[in-house]
Amino acid sequence: MAEVSLRKVVKRYDEVEAVRGIDLDIADHEFVVLVGPSGCGKSTTLRMIAGLEDISDGDILIGGDVVNDVPPKDRDIAMVFQNYALYPHMTVAENMSFGLRLKRYPKAEIKARIDEAARMLDISELIDRKPKQLSGGQRQRVAMGRAIVRNPKVFLFDEPLSNLDAKLRVQMRIEIKKVHQKVRTTTVYVTHDQVEAMTLADRVVVMNHGRIEQIGTPNELYHNPATRFVASFIGSPAMNFIPCQLEDAAGKLQVRLTDKLAFPLPPARASRYQKISRSDKLLLGIRPEHVTEASAHIEPGVEPFNATLDVTEPMGMETLIYFNMHGAQVCGRVSPNAGAQDGAPLRLAVDLNNMHLLNEVTGAVL
Amino acid sequence: MATMTIDKAGPTRKVKYGSMSRDRAWALRWSYFFLVIFVIFFLTPPVYMLITSLKSSAEISAATNPWWVSRPTLDNYVALLTSNQFLRFFWNSAIVSILVVSITMLIAVPAAFALSRMRFWGSTILGTGVFLTYLIPETLLFIPLFKLFVVFSDWTGIQLINRWYVLLFIYPTLTVPFCTWIMIGYFASIPKELDEAAIIDGASWFQTLTRIFIPVALPGLIAATIFAFTVSWAQFLYPLVFTTSTDQLVMPVGIITTLIKGDVFNWGQIMTGALLGAAPPLIIYAFLMDYYIAGLTAGATKG
Repeated sequence: MAEVSLRKVVKRYDEVEAVRGIDLDIADHEFVVLVGPSGCGKSTTLRMIAGLEDISDGDILIGGDVVNDVPPKDRDIAMVFQNYALYPHMTVAENMSFGLRLKRYPKAEIKARIDEAARMLDISELIDRKPKQLSGGQRQRVAMGRAIVRNPKVFLFDEPLSNLDAKLRVQMRIEIKKVHQKVRTTTVYVTHDQVEAMTLADRVVVMNHGRIEQIGTPNELYHNPATRFVASFIGSPAMNFIPCQLEDAAGKLQVRLTDKLAFPLPPARASRYQKISRSDKLLLGIRPEHVTEASAHIEPGVEPFNATLDVTEPMGMETLIYFNMHGAQVCGRVSPNAGAQDGAPLRLAVDLNNMHLLNEVTGAVL
Repeated sequence: MATMTIDKAGPTRKVKYGSMSRDRAWALRWSYFFLVIFVIFFLTPPVYMLITSLKSSAEISAATNPWWVSRPTLDNYVALLTSNQFLRFFWNSAIVSILVVSITMLIAVPAAFALSRMRFWGSTILGTGVFLTYLIPETLLFIPLFKLFVVFSDWTGIQLINRWYVLLFIYPTLTVPFCTWIMIGYFASIPKELDEAAIIDGASWFQTLTRIFIPVALPGLIAATIFAFTVSWAQFLYPLVFTTSTDQLVMPVGIITTLIKGDVFNWGQIMTGALLGAAPPLIIYAFLMDYYIAGLTAGATKG
């Protein structure tokens, strides 16, 4: 077990910089998820930690030692690949023991480790089968088992659930979390699925264009995103962004959305945004769950308004509503009993206690 | 082989596709029609050889139906199989082919692995170059090659010409490029993650090759083996040029040089020799075909 550190790590392919100088410290036992859209450099970063890609600049440290020039086999890491990468000619047991056999572990020890890992992953009955006789979920378990038996310093997961169907993905997600709770090995996990990132991670690293946008716990990223990219990437449906401006009205600060619509800011927010220039072009960032049907009794900081719905999406436990505001499409979440209908007007309320204000030009959250 | 497949597939297909569209029914009929023509075309020569090999010289030269044996005899087989000379040809062919296949695989497999996986400067050009050498016909090469061995013997005093083992140096010029090319294709079809997984598991390049790539690419390896064996077994021009003494000859050249005396063709024995000569490749095909067809990569990755 060990901590992993990246110091100004750069990866260049000819002219293109895939990873542009990232700094990251992963603590011992920590589960860190690298998340971002495709091409953001997250997989490249993982492969550099694994030693499968050379680094163009900077340092990678595992357990305090610089491993820039250490070959993968001497880094004491184990990796789980998106497409499983099981050896097709070997049985499950042979697949799992391959690394140990290469290192000439005693047979009894190998068997004990395989048995334990197989029990942990619930694949004890499959131990003599070949990969082609297994389902996708079973193959991924074997791939995890192959990593676990090695008892490495660091686990690396490269989009391990992307090839599974939605239901199995949820199941395997829980499985991965359980395994980490048991073995507590430092884990770096790459995914493009923000739900996986949120549910699995101790800390999430959001990457974009080869840079780290923000590092934080899932809750921090969700409630206090640093940039528009993070705000829109984390959370589903995504955060709404409505063009707006700040203005003073009767000594109080308010946010103006349209000619007819302006909301006074709650005191905590007003003091935070006081210094922003009134002429700046801004975006009001508000998550769908903070745009709901207006209730009879309005809380402080919650402002009612009327909207005509474009589309409604009944989800069962809630109904997603979409309407237009100042040219921006806004999504809200209302109760299934709120009477939301396509094309019909509805009295809504926005919870400004949970609002964000972003600079439209820089994308920074203010 | 081909006829067997048709017989097997015929009835089940009819049942299975009983309700299929007329188009597909016709497509199937046409494919059977052409397959039958194909089979007749390719099986006629060996059948004719078999018939002739069972005839006596007198019956062959008599004006009877050439497709019928009136007095079958095994004399030709007995004559050849008890002839030390013929057995010598057979032995020479066998030893040359086995050694050439071994040499070819020892060179082609690591070469293909290096060219397909260990990206190094010039590997792509080298890969294409390997294939291009295969495209030069042997009819252009045999004179310069002969000259080369003459010069070699002048310089070193080591006489290779007219020794059966000279073929061990020459045949690989035909087999190595093609087998390397086949193996590059097979290795390229192995997902990159498989060698990455092996490398992370602690395997060296050599262990990745021997413990992962060779077993996974076994169908390709067998295809290459069959090819190398067939080429060495059936090679005619090079042994004709490079070997002359009867004890150094391989079978294709041996049969022609010893069974054709001037303008006298001993057809019965020529056909028998050719049939016996065709047996080893046939046996090898029969044994290895199942491996060849079996897709071993199934289950390695998704899909």
